[in-house]
Amino acid sequence: MPRLPALLACCGLFVACAVAPTATTDSTSPATAAYPSTYAPLPSRPVYISGAEILVGDGTRLSGGAILLRDGRIEAIGQALAPPADALRIDGRGKWLTPGIIDNHSHLGVYPTPQVTAHSDGNEMTSPNTAEVWAEHAIWPQDPGFDTARAGGVTTLQVLPGSANLFGGRTVTLRNVPARTAQAMKFPGAPHGLKMACGENPKRVYGGRGAFPMTRMGDVAGYRAGFNKAVDYRDKLRAWEDGKGGQRPARDLQLETLVGVLEGEILVHHHCYRADEMAQVLDVAREFDYRVTSFHHATEAYKIADLLATEDVCASIWADWWGFKLEAWDGIRENAALLHAAGACIVIHSDSDTGIQRLPQEAAKALASARAMGLELDEAEAIRWLTANPARTLGVADQVGTLAPGKRADVVLWDGNPFSVYTRAEQVYIDGALVFDRNDPARQPRSDFMLGILETARVQPGVQPGVQP
Amino acid sequence: MSVSHRLATLALFLCAAPAAADTLALTGARIHTAGPAGVIENGTVVIRGGRIEALGPGLAPPPGARVIDARGRVITPGLYDAHGYLGIVEVSLEPSTVDRHHASASYSAAFEIADAINPRSVLIPINRIEGVTRAVVTPTLDQTPAGQARSPIAGLGSIIHLGGPSDFLVARNMALYIQLGESGSAAAGGSRSTALLAFREALEDARDMAANRRAFEAGDRRAYSASRPDLEALADTMRSGRPVVATVHRAADIEAALRLAGEFSLNLVISGGAEAWIVADALAAAGVPVILDPLENLPRRFESLGATLENAARLHAAGVTVAFSTFGSHNARNMRQAAGNAVAHGLPWEAGLAAMTANPARIFGQQDRSGSLAPGKDADLVVWDGDPLEVTTLARQVFIQGSEIPMVSRHTLLRDRYRELGRAWPVQFYPGGPGD
Repeated sequence: MPRLPALLACCGLFVACAVAPTATTDSTSPATAAYPSTYAPLPSRPVYISGAEILVGDGTRLSGGAILLRDGRIEAIGQALAPPADALRIDGRGKWLTPGIIDNHSHLGVYPTPQVTAHSDGNEMTSPNTAEVWAEHAIWPQDPGFDTARAGGVTTLQVLPGSANLFGGRTVTLRNVPARTAQAMKFPGAPHGLKMACGENPKRVYGGRGAFPMTRMGDVAGYRAGFNKAVDYRDKLRAWEDGKGGQRPARDLQLETLVGVLEGEILVHHHCYRADEMAQVLDVAREFDYRVTSFHHATEAYKIADLLATEDVCASIWADWWGFKLEAWDGIRENAALLHAAGACIVIHSDSDTGIQRLPQEAAKALASARAMGLELDEAEAIRWLTANPARTLGVADQVGTLAPGKRADVVLWDGNPFSVYTRAEQVYIDGALVFDRNDPARQPRSDFMLGILETARVQPGVQPGVQP
Repeated sequence: MSVSHRLATLALFLCAAPAAADTLALTGARIHTAGPAGVIENGTVVIRGGRIEALGPGLAPPPGARVIDARGRVITPGLYDAHGYLGIVEVSLEPSTVDRHHASASYSAAFEIADAINPRSVLIPINRIEGVTRAVVTPTLDQTPAGQARSPIAGLGSIIHLGGPSDFLVARNMALYIQLGESGSAAAGGSRSTALLAFREALEDARDMAANRRAFEAGDRRAYSASRPDLEALADTMRSGRPVVATVHRAADIEAALRLAGEFSLNLVISGGAEAWIVADALAAAGVPVILDPLENLPRRFESLGATLENAARLHAAGVTVAFSTFGSHNARNMRQAAGNAVAHGLPWEAGLAAMTANPARIFGQQDRSGSLAPGKDADLVVWDGDPLEVTTLARQVFIQGSEIPMVSRHTLLRDRYRELGRAWPVQFYPGGPGD
């Protein structure tokens, strides 16, 4: 049963997990400056791809046009775009082209494969409030799942702490490039997120030990207690900074994260399944004057689609997961369809190292369910669930998510309609660099972990090692 | 839809006792039989008495038959979940609703999952309206408390049809389930060797008991490693040749299972089999089929470092019979997406369909009744609006043993109830259903 343990490890038991503010440095975020990204785009040459069916990511489609990638950016896109002499020309006829896929809910690197005890780094299950922990400090860049996700077209992903805690810790947004350190994957300038969790997981983890929180009442009281302290901390800090007296409060790493939320610098990603709980969380956000950027999993989002649309909170959902626990009992395949009908923001997320490899297929299932209900919805719209909308929830919509000139050249060339089960990513570009090519083994990076497993396993007398699996 | 019609539909759904039409003919479809008849264009299927009476290209419907125009549609046999938990799990994390395993050390081989199956599970309509018509229901080992060694034998599985509660059990105790490799080792004291040893000892004891039954009854045999019911189940397994399904992933563990099966002449089936492709030739030579999840391509455990999306294609090319499963319960319906991905990674399309239909039926000895479309077989079939392996394709009508299944589930009722928000009364006043 490969699936169930995975589910329990990631989403069922512990898990796992907008507005676009601009990150600024102030007194609350000295930490951000101390832990910089060292990401640098990989080498690239100008690339000109013509003839592909292009889903732009902004709801439009371009047939028979072309796109030019140069110096890591999208230089131009359009119907009548001539190939520059210095560009590598790629014939995209019969193929489809989309922005790089963005998964805003992953545990790659913190719950890597193999899923052994030694690798379990996604849930600091020692206190219901661990707002001070950062997912990036546990990322194992050699997780083989990064490579298989890239082969599925994923170019940017948010890695979150799990959902055992009310405040699980800071999330990190990564460029999905092979790297030796997490710093070298960090999306430059992307704001941090804060993983929060509703419902059964914190109740089970702590209530099961006879500790707080044991109930959904405790969950909400825990959020309020956390933000209440943060308000006090922020006010003392401001008073001291403004010379209005008082002592500088002792630096508190946990409260620093929560103040980041109050200041709008850290985006809240709240794991919540039930409609009624999401409505409660929105009240907490009102009391403490912060925004929830996205609810995650949100299997009952369709029950409050109107509220989510009004509040402008994205629902980051699976296409069809349901029933593995009671709060997921009412998850239906028309969740996205009903959210779309209400005008709410939809993200299809994976929360899975297998699901992340085929997010367009997940979107396709939601799309088919919507069409069966009679809703008019096409691929050009549905691709936004995997590109522009998740980019928005990560605060990086100005840089990725659509194929607009000046944006980072994150592009996937598919060997067919990406919403088909038979389609595979043929080429994946990150900042204009070809990081995956299905037809070129030299452009299929593999993690250190995968070395020497199959090559040596197949050694027989007379057979040489080094065979590509 | 009128209120009375709606209520009638609802009643039908709630009773889950769909009425079988007398004679029914589906015409004009592209029919993938998953059997010797291959693909039939412009095909007709005639259903009577729960069975397929006839099928063929352009066949005229018999006089008096109700005719359903299936032009532009694709018909396949109903899909089999080859390894899973439909009917024995409602909410995975609520133990009171889960019967797939037990923590008792007193029973192993004699544990019969059949007695726990709930044919009225809400999971069943949710999966059957997406084309799953039969399910293998599988016992598994519970987590064993540290320090306690138990048998790696999980018990006896059964096959159900998803067409409602009457006679839902189509094959009781048709296979014995064991777990080797990491999960067997965890159950049996911490080593793969103890798992194999425990299984071998139980088989030897069962053989001894069967050969010396009178002495055993008289209390004149040595002490055995398992209880009498367990030994009876094992003796019966060896006598009848019923499949022994071993959950095992690592190539070396599969090889060990093959040796053990040879030693006791067991009818071995590999389940899981992440590294089965590495030993494909040995599996083909031994005629041992593999039930797998084609999406499993990560080194999830150290026993599955060799997992690859090409597992199914490579096994099939080597001549191994392959069947698919999601190894779950709630989304058994997603096996066809997995099959589509196997096809995208080298498996022939027809083999992808067979892995959800004819192959599981054959593995479990059901081929005379189900798994393919041919006269005389149970009329389990699905009318699709396109390629059934494609994720955007939907099942438009499902038949199970000839009954036209209402295309309604708890999920469709929720969908319909929430189709329109902001009505005058709270949603609870609306029964759920089209047009409410």
